[in-house]
Amino acid sequence: MKTILHYLGRHKWRMTFGLTMKFVGTVLELVLPYLLSYVIDTIIPQGQLNLIFLAGGLMAFCAVLAYVTSVWANRIASKVAVLTTQEIRSDLFERILTLSNRQIDGFGISSLQTRMTADSYAINNFINMMQRIGIRAPILLLGGITVTMLMDPVLSATLVCAMVVIGSSIFSITRRGLPIYSLIQKKLDKMVRVIRENITGIRVIKSLSKTEYEQSRFDEANQDVTASEKKAARIMALTNPLVNLFLNIGLVAVIYIGAVRVQENLTQAGKIIAFLSYFSIILMSLMAINRIFINAMQATASAKRIAEVLATADDVEISYFETVPSDYHIEFADVSFSYFGESNDIEHISFQLKKGETLGIIGATGSGKSTIIRLLMRQYDTDQGKILINGKNVLSYQPKDLHEMFGVVFQNDTLFSKTIFENIDFGRGLGQKAVEHGARVAQAAEFIESLPERYQHKLTGRATNLSGGQRQRLLIARALAKKPQILVLDDASSALDYQTDANLRKALREEYQQTTTIIIAQRISSLMSADHILVLEDGKILGYGKHDELLASCPLYRTISESQLGGVVA
Amino acid sequence: MKKKSNPMALLRLVPYLLKYKWWLLLAFFLSAGSNLLALLGPYLSGKAIDVIELGSGRVDLIKVAYYCVLLVGFYALASFLTYCLSILMVHVGKSIVARLRNDVFFKLTLLPVNYYDRQQTGDIISRISYDIDLINTSLSSDLLQIATSLFTVVGSLVMMFVISWQLLLIFCVTVPLSIYLTSRITRRSKPMFRARSAKAGEFNGYIEETLSGLRAIIAYNREEYTTGQFSRVNQETSDAFYKSYYYSIQGPTMGLVNNLSLAAISVWGAVLFLTSRITLGNLSSFVLYSRKFSGPINEVANIIAELQSTASAAERIFKVLDESNEPADQKDALELSEIKGQGAMEHVDFGYVENQLVLKDISFVAKAGKTVAIVGPTGSGKTTIINLLMRFYDAQKGAILIDDHNILEVTRKSLRLAYSMVLQESWLFYGTIFENIAYGKPEATMEEVVKVAKAARIHRYIESLPQGYDTLLNEDAINISQGQKQLLAIARAMLLQSHMLILDEATSNIDTQTEIEIQKAMLSLMKNKTCFVIAHRLSTIQNADLILVIRDGEIIESGNHKQLLKKQGFYHQLFMSQFN
Repeated sequence: MKTILHYLGRHKWRMTFGLTMKFVGTVLELVLPYLLSYVIDTIIPQGQLNLIFLAGGLMAFCAVLAYVTSVWANRIASKVAVLTTQEIRSDLFERILTLSNRQIDGFGISSLQTRMTADSYAINNFINMMQRIGIRAPILLLGGITVTMLMDPVLSATLVCAMVVIGSSIFSITRRGLPIYSLIQKKLDKMVRVIRENITGIRVIKSLSKTEYEQSRFDEANQDVTASEKKAARIMALTNPLVNLFLNIGLVAVIYIGAVRVQENLTQAGKIIAFLSYFSIILMSLMAINRIFINAMQATASAKRIAEVLATADDVEISYFETVPSDYHIEFADVSFSYFGESNDIEHISFQLKKGETLGIIGATGSGKSTIIRLLMRQYDTDQGKILINGKNVLSYQPKDLHEMFGVVFQNDTLFSKTIFENIDFGRGLGQKAVEHGARVAQAAEFIESLPERYQHKLTGRATNLSGGQRQRLLIARALAKKPQILVLDDASSALDYQTDANLRKALREEYQQTTTIIIAQRISSLMSADHILVLEDGKILGYGKHDELLASCPLYRTISESQLGGVVA
Repeated sequence: MKKKSNPMALLRLVPYLLKYKWWLLLAFFLSAGSNLLALLGPYLSGKAIDVIELGSGRVDLIKVAYYCVLLVGFYALASFLTYCLSILMVHVGKSIVARLRNDVFFKLTLLPVNYYDRQQTGDIISRISYDIDLINTSLSSDLLQIATSLFTVVGSLVMMFVISWQLLLIFCVTVPLSIYLTSRITRRSKPMFRARSAKAGEFNGYIEETLSGLRAIIAYNREEYTTGQFSRVNQETSDAFYKSYYYSIQGPTMGLVNNLSLAAISVWGAVLFLTSRITLGNLSSFVLYSRKFSGPINEVANIIAELQSTASAAERIFKVLDESNEPADQKDALELSEIKGQGAMEHVDFGYVENQLVLKDISFVAKAGKTVAIVGPTGSGKTTIINLLMRFYDAQKGAILIDDHNILEVTRKSLRLAYSMVLQESWLFYGTIFENIAYGKPEATMEEVVKVAKAARIHRYIESLPQGYDTLLNEDAINISQGQKQLLAIARAMLLQSHMLILDEATSNIDTQTEIEIQKAMLSLMKNKTCFVIAHRLSTIQNADLILVIRDGEIIESGNHKQLLKKQGFYHQLFMSQFN
């Protein structure tokens, strides 16, 4: 809630103006019935037509004024709501972009997506509604009570008693209903997950003919949501009839107590009639306040989830270590690291690369290959040992400067639903020439140029209109286009055929001599020409050296090589 | 044409309502009952006030008490009926929404694969959640609102007519006026609401995609660039929302019409009074009833505004429901039962887009129990062959055969069940590891699952997890690598007893070490099965009985490993390139 208020604060003048408009409109609406009763009680008995027309004209004027102010006020309210939501979204988005990897893993991508979308919609609705009826209702409520107090305090006290009963019953109903709403949210999330899984796994589901099973799985999730929704709605449905009942009982009490007081000549019948009409105004406003209350509770939950992300502390600290001049471009010195602080995911990793050298990393799934990259790019910090680039500890680099040196393709990297050019350029303003050069070296130029719109060819979401190998080549082109100092390919050529892979390596050797390259691959042929090859097992170095050396010294490497190359070369 | 589709979309919700016609009829009576009781209220309180009006000392308190007790009774009954009515409407509204959700989802499961290849995930999800939610709100509150206000409107109209038909003439002007204004506003704001729904879908799609690529964005320092893009999308979405609000001025407009008619009533009423056609008391009750009348009319205006967004939401939902299904199986389609496992293609042409053939004149025969490997540069059409074999897409020309039946004459279900399939992108769902492995064979026992997990060399990893086979896999799991996912998918396929197998880059993310280890298992998985294998690692396919070399959508060479090497052609070139 504080978060929402903070953002609303930026628009306080605009909002104040809008609310003032709303205030004027509301007051005018209250004035109209008063004018009418004045016409009926006072003017008509006088029989003066011109006065009647004057009053009628005045009423019409008030009506038009009320219209203008409330349209104006509503538009301002929408503007404030839209602007605030836009700002919240934009801050949230920027914050998400600066989260550290550990934090991203903590929240989870899909949860960040919900916060960006569903939660921000909820806040938008609330801000809008609050301004539209949030001021009107209290004015009507307070105005009504004040007027009745002035008219007859005793009758008014009866009314207030009724209202206390009404208020507390609304409160207790709402309190019982609200927890169900957060339950509904959870169940909805579950339902959405089933949808999402069905979209991503459509081929597997169809191939296993699990359509009916998935339908029943969704049906179950759907019934679950619906049952809770019904339950919540049933509880909330109590509010209206109950409030009406108490209110009318209050009215009856006013009539009876009024009757007694008239009998004792303490009040007049006319006042009772007036009370009856003010009662309905008060009732309406109470109901409106209740709606705001419910809405506010929902919005608060959403705001909390957004605030949680916004309030995340930066966990990337720049620490200053002395830079020691070094012959090596990249240096790992006895590095160990654990994701969860339990057993080490990599242990005692050391190697050195000179500028322009290539390192190949091979090892079983889960042996820690990608972890080395994550530490090098400082997505995570080492627990022990140090990593130096150009003699400077990676912890001492500004993240921007650090990232600037890299061109990288991650496992399962993302292409966006934009043109091929935009995907390779990635908004870096590299220009057509650099993009084409990157594509050529990445062996992508040929297929791109065979497309009718060539570089302007638009990719579908998740680039489903390309084959796996084409996607990988575009990703590699993106990494190469800027001629990075360090190139990282994490299993980035697994979908390439040997010929293309070989061409790629040849082109890299010829045109990226100054680029230090780290290649993670499962194929021996992708790394056998590397200057150094690192064989990993369970996070530890099992072998390190050139292809020939490893064939002699590392039995595992030899087995892999023989199985892949059929022993032809060895 | 486009304009017409909007109210049509709402009309299409009617069949859903009709399913509950008896409930709705009951609701009608409940509403009538509670409203009539409520209309009695003012009458009775009027009676009580008449007694009070006699003034001090002359009030018959017992009579007042009598009316008061009656009032409480009636009000209690009215409230009870209202409560029943709301419960009923909740039931109807939520049931309809549940049915809609199911319909949309069921529809999604029946759509051909190419729908998913075209549509953004975020947009599909937005339809089934955000859009149906709008309908949900609308059905649960608007329907109730309409049900309750119906009688108030009719009742007060009757009362006003009885009091003074001359005064009622004012409504002959104001009611058409408000209808006219509402429809004008609606016509203007309709496109805005449609644009708003579309933008919301686009926004969700954008967020979904961008955040999926979050790591790449950070690694490339593209924060500012992405933020710039996002600002545009954000701005556009905000504009669309603002515009839809900007033009939805039904509420104040109705207020204006009402207030103007109030002014007209007072002037016209005064004239009538001066010409002795109406009494003062009647004038004031006329005003009271006109309020009762205009209240619901106001609500209706608000509801119309809401119905607009409902209509555009409904439009988006029915758009999904109108997509054409995967064409039905032929009438006399054959249910494959005893599968020998021979597969063949005869002169098959295929393109995803018309006039752009991806496959040209493909012919081959895969004998039962043999292994066919498909090799070739990326983008040459290897995966497309799989798409055709499984009937994810249908060929434009030529025939595809399974056991000498044209696959078009076979039920899709039995065709697909004839295969088990491991794809490059392994699909796992939120569920335990056990459930994920046993997905294709739900009746599998723990022993069977452990057996295949061991064969796929993933058992040890699973055992190392605190919850073992009961570990929940969620979408954001970082602790499971691509390779491990593939091993799970292989284990899943091993559990199936199908006669044909498709391996599309099934081991591309698995390290050779593990691949060697699972080779025995893979061989036993492939034994006696017709296998279609796509792989780049030539070691995986050296032993294939038939190797098809595909380039630019055509088979340029075929034969076994030895024959092809001897040929010194493209295959030879591919094979040798790994030693460079």
